[in-house]
Amino acid sequence: MGLFNSIKSIFSKNKNQLTNEEQLIVEKAEKYKKGMEKTRSSMMSKLKALFESYDKINDELFDELEEIFIMADIGVNTVLELMDQIKSDVRIRNVSSMKEFQSIIIDKIFSIYVKDEIVDTNLNLNDNGLTVILFVGVNGVGKTTSIGKIAYKLKNEGKKVMLAAGDTFRAGAIDQLKIWAERVGCPCITKEPGSDPASVMYEAIQEAKKQNIDVLLCDTAGRLQTKVNLMKELEKVHRVISREVPNAPHETLLVIDATTGQNGMNQAKAFTEATKVTGIVLTKLDGTAKGGIVLAIRNELGTPIKFVTMGEKITDLEYFDIEQYIYGLFSDMFV
Amino acid sequence: MAFDSLSDRLQQALRKVTGRGSLTETDIETMMREVRLSLLEADVNYKVVKDFTNEVKAKALGERVLKSITPGQQVVKIVFEELKQVMGDEAEGLRFKAQGTTIFMLVGLNGHGKTTHAGKLALYCRRKYNKNPLLVAADVYRPAAIDQLVTIGKQLGIPTFEMGTSYKPEEIVKKALDYAKENKHDLVIIDTAGRFHVNEELMEELKRLKEIAQPDEILLTVDAMTGQDAVNVSQSFHDQLNVTGVILTKLDGDTRGGAALSIRRVTGVPIKFMGLGEKLDQLEIFHPERMASRILGMGDVLPLLEKAQDAINEEEAELMAKKFKNATFDYNDFLKQIKQIRKLGSLKGLLSLIPGLGSQLKNIEIDENQFNYIVAIINSMTEEERRNPDIINSSRKQRIARGSGRDISEVNRLTKQFEEMRQMMRKMMNMSPKDMERMMNNMNRPGANPASSVSYSKGKGKNKGRRAPWF
Repeated sequence: MGLFNSIKSIFSKNKNQLTNEEQLIVEKAEKYKKGMEKTRSSMMSKLKALFESYDKINDELFDELEEIFIMADIGVNTVLELMDQIKSDVRIRNVSSMKEFQSIIIDKIFSIYVKDEIVDTNLNLNDNGLTVILFVGVNGVGKTTSIGKIAYKLKNEGKKVMLAAGDTFRAGAIDQLKIWAERVGCPCITKEPGSDPASVMYEAIQEAKKQNIDVLLCDTAGRLQTKVNLMKELEKVHRVISREVPNAPHETLLVIDATTGQNGMNQAKAFTEATKVTGIVLTKLDGTAKGGIVLAIRNELGTPIKFVTMGEKITDLEYFDIEQYIYGLFSDMFV
Repeated sequence: MAFDSLSDRLQQALRKVTGRGSLTETDIETMMREVRLSLLEADVNYKVVKDFTNEVKAKALGERVLKSITPGQQVVKIVFEELKQVMGDEAEGLRFKAQGTTIFMLVGLNGHGKTTHAGKLALYCRRKYNKNPLLVAADVYRPAAIDQLVTIGKQLGIPTFEMGTSYKPEEIVKKALDYAKENKHDLVIIDTAGRFHVNEELMEELKRLKEIAQPDEILLTVDAMTGQDAVNVSQSFHDQLNVTGVILTKLDGDTRGGAALSIRRVTGVPIKFMGLGEKLDQLEIFHPERMASRILGMGDVLPLLEKAQDAINEEEAELMAKKFKNATFDYNDFLKQIKQIRKLGSLKGLLSLIPGLGSQLKNIEIDENQFNYIVAIINSMTEEERRNPDIINSSRKQRIARGSGRDISEVNRLTKQFEEMRQMMRKMMNMSPKDMERMMNNMNRPGANPASSVSYSKGKGKNKGRRAPWF
């Protein structure tokens, strides 16, 4: 019964019986729980109501479950796949108890995400020398804010961090990144508004090498994935970075807003084509949206989620953890 | 780019049914399932989809769908009309005070385009209604939000009222209203900070701002890419503030924008504008018809036009037109045109943006190399041959074929088609407006050759009904 039981056993243990590792899991889960309170409460109230009103597993129950998944923006294709798996499991194992049914649901979401792979949410950092991380995404998803938060996290982990203001287009974007750099307490390389973003990256890399920086975080202007010229510009930025630093960018993170619907899939496809996206930052998870599209992206394209953000404070960022994510969605069921 | 258009889906579903003579109610049910999935894929809210499909079903049963020869098309038509109607048949304009200062307030989630649209709206009202707007920077939370609005104001030559980040938004708005009065601004546009509808503290702040400003319009900006949550967001803002209109932003992308239907249906608030790009003049009155076509995945010409605009230099286009007219269009120009088309991306992607065409292309393999072959052939011509296509005789053709590594028949085809193209251009340029109109009408008919049924004033049109392979 995998995940469901393992999480449940951890949570049902007495606090002082826990190993350090387990304690960490609990702490992290609590944080998730807090951040996703809004998400969870709306989802859970539905799930709870759903299970309370049924004493048998029947087609109506399946329909309502499907509705819950669709409402989480998981997307038609992935939801249909998920429902098929749940239904066949219920049939094969002849499940009748609601408890068992709930655990099947959670296990299936889990396996859609994990896909029999070891999913590494840690950043791919270059231990001997400069690591470059490029941030891409459509307008208004929170690229600049995410960079500020990740910079803060990396700095606290003992890294020397630098920011590169590659959004030379949007009014105020450079100032916005500068303010974040001040908050974090790290250098920020900027050029005039309207400069070629690739040249900003070039200068930032030279400066980062000079100052022995560990991680360079590169901001780019938001762009819709359908704008051919802007996507070409992004390809160029990517090219310049890989020319200046071997194996760079070590990560290209696509930032996706949790309120995004099915267009998130198009975004993931187009940005991957232009810049070989290696991971996703899921932002604004503190609202009522569930960001389920990232499950579909993982399911169809294999792109893992690296970080989630849920709040406006500099500390409101966590490494993504699928177990915690599901726990955040369904946590009332574990009690 | 998978445009799973509704008509495409319905055709698939109907394939199983055809051959049985007449449709049954179960067949309608099958079609409704496709309608439902199509709308869900467009991000229309689940509940809205349910109600909507029930209504469509009732209509479909009532109308002559069952007896129709093309039931799929009938259903598409009903869905389309219904969508249009729900989203508001006519566009609703902005409300201005007859006298005194009109006040607009922009609200919405973070990153959905409030600041940009404050600027766009100011420009729009200045141009269209001759207003003297004042922008007010009341977002004191997001770093550099004020700078952003000030910069936008400067670009437009519209003043921005700001007091930095150390004052409360309430204070700023009060002062701004006084300032507007003193400086004779007849329109004030207040940019507020992005916030979640569930953030009680910030929603209270908005209510206080509303109380102070007494705005004539409270406009909610919603990102067109928003998924199922659009309903919660808009409902919640509406409940707390009584929103008067919605601006749907970022419609210049490829999102199908089902949020538009959900919002209108659930809140009843009219969608007043659509944002179509990052440039400050890219704001348009909402078009329900275009939106309906988008939601159904039937394409929107707009992104195509936008793409073309991005890639094609205006001066060059004019020069080309001149060459068309004088029939001095040569292989060099043709080469240039091919390069411009290639800049737009893959041919298949391009064609899929054309309404009605997208779905038909799904299973067609387009040989993108065709372009390369043509380019190779032209590159094997001498400069003289390119400028003066008439001199290309058969021995020259043989040389060109060897040079480009293509078969002689391909060279023949190209030169022949090029000649036809030049003839057609000449004819088009000499056409009377009436002929032109007739040709345009024919173009809209599927399968019709635009030039084939036009009475030419010159030439005989011996190559009727033939098409170049690359079109």
